[in-house]
Amino acid sequence: MGFVTLVVVSIIIFGVVEFLPGDFSQAILGQSATEETVAAFRKELGLDKPAHTRYFDWIGAMLQGDLGISYSGRGASGSDLSRPVIDLIAPRFWNTIFLAGVAALIAVPLALILGIFAALFRNSIFDRTVNVFSLSAISFPEFFISYLLILLFASIWPIFPSLANVSDDMSLGERLVVTALPIVTLVLITLAHMMRMTRAAIINLMASPYIEMAQLKGVSPTKIIVQHALPNAWAPIVTVIAFNLAYLVVGVVVVEIVFIYPGVGQLMVDAVTTRDIPVVQACALVFASAYILLNLIADIISIVTNPRILHPK
Amino acid sequence: MDEIKKITKQLRAGQISRREFIVAAVAAGAAVPFAMSMSSNVFAAMPKSGGLLRHAITGGSTSDNLDPAKVLDMYMANVSFGQLRNNLTEIDSDGSLIGELAESWESTGDAKTWTFKLRNGVEFHNGKTLDANDVVASINHHRGEDSTSAAKSIVAAVVDVQADGKETVVVELSGGSADFPFLLSDFHLSICPARDDGTIDWESGTGTGGYILEEFNPGVKVVTRRNPNYWKEGRAHFESVETLYIADVVARTNALQTGDLDAMTRADLKTIHLMEKHPAINIVQSTGNQHYTLPMLTDVAPFDNNELRLALKYAIDREQWKTVIARGYGEIANDHPIGPANRYYDASIEQRVYDPDKAKFHLKQAGYDSIDLDLHVAETAFEGATDGGQLMQDSARAAGININVVREANDGYWSNVWQKKPWCASYWAGRPTEDWMFSLTYATGADWNESHWSNEKFDSLLLAARAELDEEKRRGMYSDMQQIVRDEGGSVIPIYASFVQALSNKLSTPEKVASNLEFDGHKNSERWWFSS
Repeated sequence: MGFVTLVVVSIIIFGVVEFLPGDFSQAILGQSATEETVAAFRKELGLDKPAHTRYFDWIGAMLQGDLGISYSGRGASGSDLSRPVIDLIAPRFWNTIFLAGVAALIAVPLALILGIFAALFRNSIFDRTVNVFSLSAISFPEFFISYLLILLFASIWPIFPSLANVSDDMSLGERLVVTALPIVTLVLITLAHMMRMTRAAIINLMASPYIEMAQLKGVSPTKIIVQHALPNAWAPIVTVIAFNLAYLVVGVVVVEIVFIYPGVGQLMVDAVTTRDIPVVQACALVFASAYILLNLIADIISIVTNPRILHPK
Repeated sequence: MDEIKKITKQLRAGQISRREFIVAAVAAGAAVPFAMSMSSNVFAAMPKSGGLLRHAITGGSTSDNLDPAKVLDMYMANVSFGQLRNNLTEIDSDGSLIGELAESWESTGDAKTWTFKLRNGVEFHNGKTLDANDVVASINHHRGEDSTSAAKSIVAAVVDVQADGKETVVVELSGGSADFPFLLSDFHLSICPARDDGTIDWESGTGTGGYILEEFNPGVKVVTRRNPNYWKEGRAHFESVETLYIADVVARTNALQTGDLDAMTRADLKTIHLMEKHPAINIVQSTGNQHYTLPMLTDVAPFDNNELRLALKYAIDREQWKTVIARGYGEIANDHPIGPANRYYDASIEQRVYDPDKAKFHLKQAGYDSIDLDLHVAETAFEGATDGGQLMQDSARAAGININVVREANDGYWSNVWQKKPWCASYWAGRPTEDWMFSLTYATGADWNESHWSNEKFDSLLLAARAELDEEKRRGMYSDMQQIVRDEGGSVIPIYASFVQALSNKLSTPEKVASNLEFDGHKNSERWWFSS
């Protein structure tokens, strides 16, 4: 199922990219494109072949793990230093995963704990405050939150830098300081969804007869939630967590642009503007795979944790 | 006062001490406190060494590489031309041409054969000594049938390049060109070390420039460190330079305000009034030859009629464009592309101003009472192009000209709209020589002749002026050509737009900042320094 989706996605990606106005040769030569230079470039890149031939060439190579060669880095007078797409994407992908990973490490436990407590102290001041705060955070677009954080923590109280200027030789600590603001932004925009779902799923279960039984037995509220309610609530929660993790990987584009963070999202935007098609396609495919994979994992976990689905009658 | 000027210069160059300066200044008639404060000023303005310069530039891309022939935008121009390498010639802060790797040059009387004498003992970053072969290979890099070099047209007139011994290069041109040494200052024509087979090694980034490449991360950043053997005296003051590519102007501005950056190009004119008030930021502007154009295709009706073109030239309010579109960071232009930074700019040509009556008159001459026209614009042409179109819509209405402003997408604008639609918006960064600018965009049949304009008299003047070595005669010819383009050309050219950059107040620049390109002609890493 996941594989079929991926094939469909690959066709869509290729089709959409075909519809972009202009092509690499025009984009890179810009105002200075003349007919001769454009034709020379197209021929060199194989852009003069028909679209379906190029699709099968591309997908065939992709299946063998070859992401292709970037159009960039072609020099004049024969010298050619173009880089394989994998070399461009790999370091950027690691950066994106780092950002998304740290954000997830903070956001997921925080969302679960807040959700459980919100369910425990339903309708209390705590519950309301957490709800209002997280819902307002999710209501703002991420660029707005980013700028707000820059204003507060980079401009008024200069604690963190507004440029997420990472380099390879940084220690983990330095890296975390430099990327603090984008991480907080990502945590804020994904927190509410997961937290609300945890809370709703648990509250939903609290009305079940077996919970009532536990209450009558005199089990403490915390124990009821953690031992009895939570295991049954995993399926919806995990789905939402997977969805948000996928969003963390895929949806960081805007955050990466605002903080000038060298991740896959920024790479993709740059590649679109220069019409570096192999890179655009590879980025899109990486995003699609991450999305599909995380959803697949969520499905598996919700099956494994739910005895009713695991042992159908 | 000449005496004081002379000793100020000596003090600056370190030839006399502070004490000697004050004594000499007082002897020349200055009061003691005045002499003392002057000496302090000189010391404050003296470049200091050290520090990490972090500056942000637009126009970078993940597809950038170090090939000088593939420097397509300003980011790599700053890195390749401004930091790593040198050219044969250099445009100085005041727009004059000085020798860089070439110590001197001379031509035959017909300006066809040029002989360049190279500077002695200049070393590349890898220790190799510069010789004539490197220069020959570096120029040949852009030549040839299959060349995809962005500078192909610049060296198109070169027939042959020969090394004459180790220190002399002889260039043979197909036709006389008095400006040829100027062309060699172009940011593509940087000198790289030659290999044995006559190609150049551009891959390593090795050059003779003030900074050595440390890290090259295309589309993200480039890190360089000072070249300890740099042959230029009193240049390249920073210990290291970090050049960041930041396309988003809001992100650039943020980073500068929060102190994450020391300098940025292309400050946002929409918020410039706020930046001006910021205590830690200085705005540095230089008005050069960059100009905005509204080219009309002169081979398409109704724009084939010069009377109609004149009507449009009178129907635009240039002062309004200067205050609204350029926010005051510019000068009004006179419908020709030669700017105040050009050598033969003719300031005596009458300035065309907004005049709806004259516009109406010329419209009538063209045979219309009123006319509807489409003007195609996009922000990629220049920032504020859409607003500019609307301003012109208003000002032209009084003359009976109804302009419909068509907003086009940025993507594909240069391939689908520019030179295709009969009337659109465009811009030119300007060129250091008149011949270059005119040949590029106004000569009959030129690739970038954006208005498809053709004028016999203009073309013959262009050829004659190119080979003319007599200064006064040339001046006259270029003046005539400015007049012709102004009165008959295919473009409305409303304003010159300044290069506007924002700097941290810790950063100092020389008194005069070059205006041939942004960022002090992209030599900022070489010419600027930290004062504190």
